[in-house]
Amino acid sequence: MAIPLTVNGVAHRLEVEPDAPLLWVLRDELHLTGSKFGCGIGACGACTVHVSGKAMRSCTVPLGSVVGADITTIEGLGAGALTAVQKAWIEHQVPQCGYCQPGMIMAVSALLAGNPQPTDAEVAIAVTNICRCGTYSRIRSAVRSLTRAAAGGGSRSGT
Amino acid sequence: MTTRRAVLIAAASAAGALLIGYSLWPSKWRRRADSLLSRPGERFVANWLKIADDDTITLIVPHCDMGTGIFTALAQMAAEELDAEWRTMHAETAPADWLFANGALAEGFVLDGRHMTRNSVPAFLQGAVAGAFGVIAAHINLQTTGGSSAVRMTGVYGMRVAAAAAREMLIRAAAARLHAPAAEFDTAASRVVHVPSGRSLRFGELAAAAAQYEPSSHPKLKSKSRYRLVGRSVPRFDVPDKVSGATRYGIDVDLPEIRYGAIKIAPVFGGKLVSVDEATVLHRRGIERIVRLDDAVVVIADRFWRARDAADALTPVFDGGANGVVSSQALRERHREALKNGPIKRDMTIGRGSDALQGIATVIERFYNVPYLAHAPLEPVNGTALFQKSGELSVWAGTQDALGARAFCAKLAGLDPHNVTFHQQPSGGAFGRRLPGHWNFLKYVVKTAMAAPGVPIKLIFTREQDLQHDYYRPNVTSRMRAALGKDGMPLVWVNDYTSDDAANAEAHVLYAIPNQAYGSVKVATHVPTGPWRSVEASWHGFFIESFIDELAYAARQDPLQYRLRLLKDKPRHAATLALAAEKAGWNNPLPAARGRGIAMVECFGTIATHIAEIEVSNSGELKVQRITSAADCGMAINPDGFKAQIEGGIVFGLSAALHGAITLDHGAVTQRNFPQYDMVRLGDCPDIEVHIHESDAPLGGAGEPGTPPVAPCITNAIFATTGVRIRELPVLGQPLRLPTPKPHDS
Repeated sequence: MAIPLTVNGVAHRLEVEPDAPLLWVLRDELHLTGSKFGCGIGACGACTVHVSGKAMRSCTVPLGSVVGADITTIEGLGAGALTAVQKAWIEHQVPQCGYCQPGMIMAVSALLAGNPQPTDAEVAIAVTNICRCGTYSRIRSAVRSLTRAAAGGGSRSGT
Repeated sequence: MTTRRAVLIAAASAAGALLIGYSLWPSKWRRRADSLLSRPGERFVANWLKIADDDTITLIVPHCDMGTGIFTALAQMAAEELDAEWRTMHAETAPADWLFANGALAEGFVLDGRHMTRNSVPAFLQGAVAGAFGVIAAHINLQTTGGSSAVRMTGVYGMRVAAAAAREMLIRAAAARLHAPAAEFDTAASRVVHVPSGRSLRFGELAAAAAQYEPSSHPKLKSKSRYRLVGRSVPRFDVPDKVSGATRYGIDVDLPEIRYGAIKIAPVFGGKLVSVDEATVLHRRGIERIVRLDDAVVVIADRFWRARDAADALTPVFDGGANGVVSSQALRERHREALKNGPIKRDMTIGRGSDALQGIATVIERFYNVPYLAHAPLEPVNGTALFQKSGELSVWAGTQDALGARAFCAKLAGLDPHNVTFHQQPSGGAFGRRLPGHWNFLKYVVKTAMAAPGVPIKLIFTREQDLQHDYYRPNVTSRMRAALGKDGMPLVWVNDYTSDDAANAEAHVLYAIPNQAYGSVKVATHVPTGPWRSVEASWHGFFIESFIDELAYAARQDPLQYRLRLLKDKPRHAATLALAAEKAGWNNPLPAARGRGIAMVECFGTIATHIAEIEVSNSGELKVQRITSAADCGMAINPDGFKAQIEGGIVFGLSAALHGAITLDHGAVTQRNFPQYDMVRLGDCPDIEVHIHESDAPLGGAGEPGTPPVAPCITNAIFATTGVRIRELPVLGQPLRLPTPKPHDS
C-alpha cells in the first residue's frame, strides 16, 4: 500500500515499508541528499528535518509515523532563496567540512521560528547536534546575530 | 635498512626538485591537461591554472576539500602573483591523473628538511609511498592532503610559482602583440599594462597566445610588501553550497541502477569470517545478495536501510584468533613493563642525557598516558564502485589522496591503473582517517564490486563499523624524569615512551635544558593505528606540557614565567605565550572555584599557545569557560580561515581531552556509537578567542596545530584550580576534587 508523504511542498506516494527510516526515504527514494547520515540512532542530528515545523532527527523517524505530515528538508528551506539563518551562516563563515550544517541549520531554524530570541542556554538545549570540525563558536555568533536582529535589528546590535 | 621513508626522500631528490620553485609543465603537458579538462574558450597557461577568454581563472587543485578552506587560500596566492581580480578566481578538485600529481608537496618536505633525517618524513605521508602506482618517477604520484601542508607546501612551492610563471607568459604575449619590450609591462586587475603608453590588454585576450610559451622555472615572485589579497579574509568558495545543502559528498553519489552495501567486519582486528547463515535474511525485501569476504560480510540491497537492517540481523561467526583476548587493561600493563624493562632505543641525547640523573637525590618521575582515539568524521567512511564486465573499474569516494586511491584500487583489483578511474568527492570530515594506508573502506567496496560485476555499489560504514574499524590515534604511555637545579630550572629531562613504530620527532622539547634524552620502546599490538589530527604532537604535546607544568609547580614558579625562562632563545614561542597571557588576563585574580592553565606546542611549523579558564564545582563538575589562543604561522594567507581552523582544532582537542577513549575488550573495540564516544556540543563549547601573532617565519600549517595544546591547558587548569593532577586522558570520569578529610571517619 502506498504511503502519502509531502516533502518541500511536493506530494509523493511511496511504495515503502512503514518502518523505513524517514532519512533513507528522503535520500534513497526521493534523492534529497541534503539530509545526512551520521549515526543512525538520533545522537548527532546530521539528519535533522522539519516535520510539520518541528525539528526531528529523521534517521529514527519511521515513515509510517509521519503520514500526512509536511516535511521540510534543507533543499526546501529557503524555497529558492537563502533564509536569514543561511545568510548568517555565510556571514559568519560557519561551515568547515559542512556535513553537519544542513542538520544544524534545520535545528536552529526550527528553534528561532518558535522563539526568535532564545537565550544561550535555550539554544544549548535545543541544538545538541554534533559538529566534528568544531564550528560551535561561529554557530553561537551566527545565532546571536539573528537574535539581536529579531530584538530590533541594527539599532540594538550596534550598542 | 631501506625504510619507506628513505624511498620517499630518495625519490623526491631524484624528482629534480628545484631548489626554488616548482618544475613547471612544458607545453606538451599543458596540451594534455587541456584535452582532459579544458572547455572551449579556456586553456592551461601553467600547472593547475586555466585562463578563459572572459578572464575567468580556474585552479585545478591537487588536494581534496575536507573543509579547511585550502581551495580559497590557494586561489588567493595564485591571484596575488597574477594580479588577477578576486572575482575571476575559481577552484576545482584535480582529477586522479598523474599530470596533477602534487610534486610540490613532497618537494616542500625535502626543501623544508633542514632537520630531515631518514626517520623524519612525516607520518601522514608514509602510507602514500608504497601505494602510488608502485613507481615514483619524474613526479611523485601523490595528491595527499595532510600534514597541514596544502598552503605551506603546494601554495608556496607550487601555486604561487605557477601563477608567477603564467604572469610572465601573459606579459610576453602582450609584448609581442604591442611590439614593445617586456620590461615595459606590468600587471594589474586582470590586465597586462604597457606602462609608458597606458595601453592594456585583458588576461583573457592574451591567454591563448601566452599558453604557447614555455614557462620560466624561476619566475619572479611578488614581494610580501606588495600583497593586496594574501593576508585578507576573503569569504570561502565552498561555504554557499554547504549552507544550501547542495554540496555532494561521497555518501551522496548517485548512479543509475545503484545498489547499496552494508558491511559487518570481524570485530577483532585481523579476525576471519568462518561462516554466515545467509538464509536468515535473503528472503527479505530488496536483499539481492550476500558477499563473503575474507574478514567481513556485505549485504547488497536495493536500498541502504534494507541492507543495513539485514546486516544487523545476520549473525556471522568470526574467528578472532590469539588477539581475541587482548584488553585495554592488559595493554596498559604491557606499556609500563616495557618502559621499565626496555630495551629503550635512544634517538637523541643532549649534554649528558639520562646519565645526568645519576647521583641526584630528587628525581621527579611521572607516567602519562593517552588512549586510542577514533577519527569519527561525521560522514562515515564510504565508497561507490562499479566494475564493468569489460574489465574497467570506476570508484567514487572522499579520500585524502585521489591519485594514491586510484593506484590502491587498481592494485587491489589486479588491474592496470589505466583501466581504473577514481572520482574524488568532498569529504565530510577526514582528520587523517582518509589518508593513504587507511583505506579499508575502499578495500571493501572494490572487493564487493568485483564480486558483483556490472552493478554500481555504494558501501557505507554504519557509525558502529566506523568507530570499530578505524586506524586509531595510538595509545601511548610516557615515563618522564627530571631533576631541577638550585634555581628550580630543569637540569635533566628524560622522556621514554611507548611507540608502535619509530621515534617521534615531536617528543623533543623546545625548552633550553642542558641534559636531555629521548627514547622509545616498541610495544606491538594488533590494533591498527594511523595519523589523527596533529599526529605525534597530539600525545607528546600532552606529555611535555603537563610535565613542564609539574616542574614549574615543583619549583614554586609561575607556569608562564617558567616557560618563558626556558625560551629565551626562541622569540616566536615566547611571543605566543606572552600574547595569549595578555589576552587571557593571566595575572587577573579568579574566584576560588576557577583557575587557568597554559600550554604551548609547535606543530607543523605553527606555534600555538592556549590558555584555558575553567571552573570545577564543589562536587567536581568541570566547566571549560574560555580558551584564549595565540598562534604564529608566519603569515596567515586568509586570517579568518586560519582562525577557523585553530577554533576547530581546539574543539577537536577538547572532545578528545574530555571524552575521547577507544578501549578494547576481548580484542575488539568496546565503543559502538556516539553515546559511548561522545563529543563536545554547542552547550559545552567554551568561548574561544584566537589571536594571530605574525612573524617572518616560513608559513606554518593551520588544520592541525590548534589541537595539541588543548588537553594539557585543561589538565593544567584543573591542577591550578583543585590541586588534582590528571596524567591520563580522558579527563571526564576521574575525580577532579581532592577528597576532603572526614574527621569523624574512623
